Amino acid sequence: MLMLIMRHELLLVLITVILLLVEIFLPADRKRKIILPALILFGAVMILGFIPGPTGSLFGGMYVTTPLTLMMKNIITIGVFIVFLQSVDWLKKEENKEKISEYFLLLLSTLIGMEYMLSSGDFLMFYLGLELATIPLAALAAFERFKEKSAEAGVKLIFISALSSGILLYGLSMIYGTVGTLYFDEVVNGINGAPLQILAFIFFFAGMAFKISIVPFHLWTADVYEGAPVNITSYLSVISKGAAVMIFTILLFTVFSKITIMWKDVIYVTSILTMTIGNLFALRQQNLKRFLAFSSIAQAGFIFLGIIGQSQLGMTTVIYFVLVYIFSNLGAFGVVAVISNRTGKENIDDYDGLYRTNPKLSLTMMLALFSLAGIPPVAGFFGKFFLFTAAAQQGLYILVLIAVLNTIIALYYYLLVVKAMFLNRSDKPIEYFKSDGYSRLGLAICVAGLVIIGIYSPVYEFINQFTFGIY
Amino acid sequence: MNILLLLIIIPILTIIGILFTRDNKQVRVVSAIGMTFQLITSAIIILWFLAERHAGNTAEFLFASNYVWYETLNIHFYIGVDGISVAMIGLTSMVIFAGIFASWDVDDLPREFFTSLILLSSGVFGFFISLDLFTMFLFYEVAVIPMYLLIGIWGTGPRHYSAMKLTLMLMGGSALILVGMLGLYFNSNPAGGPLTFEIPEIAKVNIPLNTQLFFFPFLFIGFGVLGALFPFHTWSPDGHASAPTAVSMLHAGVLMKLGGYGCYRVAVFLLPAAAHELAWIFLILTTISVIYGALGAIWQKDLKYINAYSSVSHCGLVLFAILMFNETAMNGAIMQMISHGIMTALFFALIGMIYGRTHTRYINEMSGLMKVMPFLAVAYVIAGLASLGLPGFSGFVAEMTIFVGAFQHADTFHRVATIIAASSIVVTAVYILRVVAMMLYGKINKEEYELITDAKWYDRMSVGTLIFGITAIGIAPLWLSNMITNGLGPMIEKLLPGMN
Repeated sequence: MLMLIMRHELLLVLITVILLLVEIFLPADRKRKIILPALILFGAVMILGFIPGPTGSLFGGMYVTTPLTLMMKNIITIGVFIVFLQSVDWLKKEENKEKISEYFLLLLSTLIGMEYMLSSGDFLMFYLGLELATIPLAALAAFERFKEKSAEAGVKLIFISALSSGILLYGLSMIYGTVGTLYFDEVVNGINGAPLQILAFIFFFAGMAFKISIVPFHLWTADVYEGAPVNITSYLSVISKGAAVMIFTILLFTVFSKITIMWKDVIYVTSILTMTIGNLFALRQQNLKRFLAFSSIAQAGFIFLGIIGQSQLGMTTVIYFVLVYIFSNLGAFGVVAVISNRTGKENIDDYDGLYRTNPKLSLTMMLALFSLAGIPPVAGFFGKFFLFTAAAQQGLYILVLIAVLNTIIALYYYLLVVKAMFLNRSDKPIEYFKSDGYSRLGLAICVAGLVIIGIYSPVYEFINQFTFGIY
Repeated sequence: MNILLLLIIIPILTIIGILFTRDNKQVRVVSAIGMTFQLITSAIIILWFLAERHAGNTAEFLFASNYVWYETLNIHFYIGVDGISVAMIGLTSMVIFAGIFASWDVDDLPREFFTSLILLSSGVFGFFISLDLFTMFLFYEVAVIPMYLLIGIWGTGPRHYSAMKLTLMLMGGSALILVGMLGLYFNSNPAGGPLTFEIPEIAKVNIPLNTQLFFFPFLFIGFGVLGALFPFHTWSPDGHASAPTAVSMLHAGVLMKLGGYGCYRVAVFLLPAAAHELAWIFLILTTISVIYGALGAIWQKDLKYINAYSSVSHCGLVLFAILMFNETAMNGAIMQMISHGIMTALFFALIGMIYGRTHTRYINEMSGLMKVMPFLAVAYVIAGLASLGLPGFSGFVAEMTIFVGAFQHADTFHRVATIIAASSIVVTAVYILRVVAMMLYGKINKEEYELITDAKWYDRMSVGTLIFGITAIGIAPLWLSNMITNGLGPMIEKLLPGMN
């Protein structure tokens, strides 16, 4: 029965092993046949994840499963499923036919890493999970290695993750030095705000800030996002970032709860910097992938509003927002991916007049962008609103005001894309095409999520019942 | 089921109906049928409301229903109406009904046009029936966003620029509202316990003066942006001038009233002490709006700009009257919202119809139109006379009430402000009569104007509805006035304790 505690990870490892075996025995010209079974297997894991099972800890407390971690895993698994659906069209391209199973293997490995990270009960496990989640991503970013930009993205990502891991480890080692343990439960009691611990926290924060791409540690983001294949970009900006944000929030609320005064100011300042600078850079972007990269930096700044709320409301809202963010950003990236695969066009002005040729794609894109901007009745509005509420609960009205004004800047650039699609006319619009079934299914899930998650309040209440006692 | 829910359900059903239509004609017919039902529902609500009041039902809000939405945050979907919201609902359904007929000849993407238009109207209806700040805010944003597409796709002139400017400025306003709203929420239960967004509940709390002073400007300016408060009115002339006919109608006629209604229902009602303290600043600003809008209108040659500036002036008068804090003036403020809403919708409808025939909106390029399109010309004169406050039309009733109310203040500051604001009536007469003289009378100056045909049946439908509205209020103002006074009770009680 102990196995069931780790069922997410074990099932994923099982799929990975099956895929590896199939990869060995399948002749090269039939590799494409692997896609559908892999998707079905993964979908099965996703659904199995929702069946309630035992919780508890393994390996002397290094690995912990709580209802909250289970829910976070389910959330990111849904996201990964959508990413898989959206990548099928791209995987079927001629140049990728050799590497189909690699794609699944690498992506599944990072997912396993993330799940271990979310379930970690001490810093060693946390670090292990984080590395497993990051290194395959570098390989994925360089997936189209024949393209210079993709290769560059891979190299940049591996360097940056090495650097940030180093910084993070340095911080962790200082924590170990002062506290003498790495278990979260025991570290909490040892943290008393000694100068070395504060330094350790700063290093830890900086290391995580690289992963979540918080200003001023965001400089790698745009280049990597632009260079990597669209689906990897969406994975990086949504799943990878979402998982990191969730575990980061939990660590701040639990392990570092005694030095709240310290990290609150740090979060306050970086939050303002992140959303403002992310927004200002997004204004000038023409390439949609870079555009969404900067917009996702700005979104991370908004998430910090929930963290600074430091309450159950804040914790619930951060998770809720990540869930909403997965659907909105994957919706936007999904459309970009479909169009990029069919036409190779990735710039905003390529989208001129898109509504008149491809109305459904345009509407999906519009809904996703409105959700990112926080326009009702789509889910993003509720997510943003609750984040603001969480910050206002602490009386930080000035921060809320700055954040709200930032949403206006954000609305401006999201509307620029809407303008291109709906308002502009073009002599050579992107022609009508019918996208493949998988992409359509992926986008349909996104749209359904966007519409339902906000208006149907039990989703929020469901998350809320697990976050009790975290902060 | 609560009859108020129909006001949101009917537009949604209409939109779903539009999705199943096959050609332009069906789109128009479905929209018209839907909005006719909406008008009938509103009429039933008004009559039912009056009957309940007549029967002695003194509850503050009638037809109230309260559904829990987000339990943890205590957000409710709480709807209900008093005399004021009922009046606004009547106005909205009248304008959207007329708007559908005024846009009968839209042929570029008609399905999307009517969908956005009706979506916008459902946002407005939702706003007026909401008693919970959260849902109110949600519907506010639902009403603003379709505007971007409506102006951007179907507008004229520098439409991309105007649409963006309008959307961003109104969303900026909503950003301020959001901060103010959260401030109210976290001060809604000083004793501890669950916080609430419900307006009637917050109204019972005595919020400390310092807190009130901090949040009042957020709420008043936030809603004031939509109510074209000087200096935040600049989106209005550009937006109105670029928007297609029906959108100008709805926007000037109804959406700007959201601002006045919000200032009244949220800013002043929930933060009365701060309203008293800070009223002088906003009185100066609104007086500037009133006179500046009127003077601005004189210099314009474009018909739509003339009416856009005139709207700034008239809506300024609404906020001006709200800040007078007495029953008469506030009654006038609500009357002015209704009256101006119908009147300006009529203006914009007529301008759209005239433009469709002459292909120009510059008054110096048109002349003698009375001879070729007598129906539209006479309607324009009626709208003009209502606008400059001729007795017998709604404008007179509203403005008269406002100035009588305002003059009840005996101090110099209020008197001077009132006199300045009242002088705008004269200026209004100048710009209205100038347009009428130049455009409608005189000789026909272009040969092609001889061939112009008068209003079609759908034009008459649209214009007739609105003219009926302004004359009904002008001739029998008392039923409306009573209905409004009835709703003002709690407000006066809160602002001037012991006076009522």
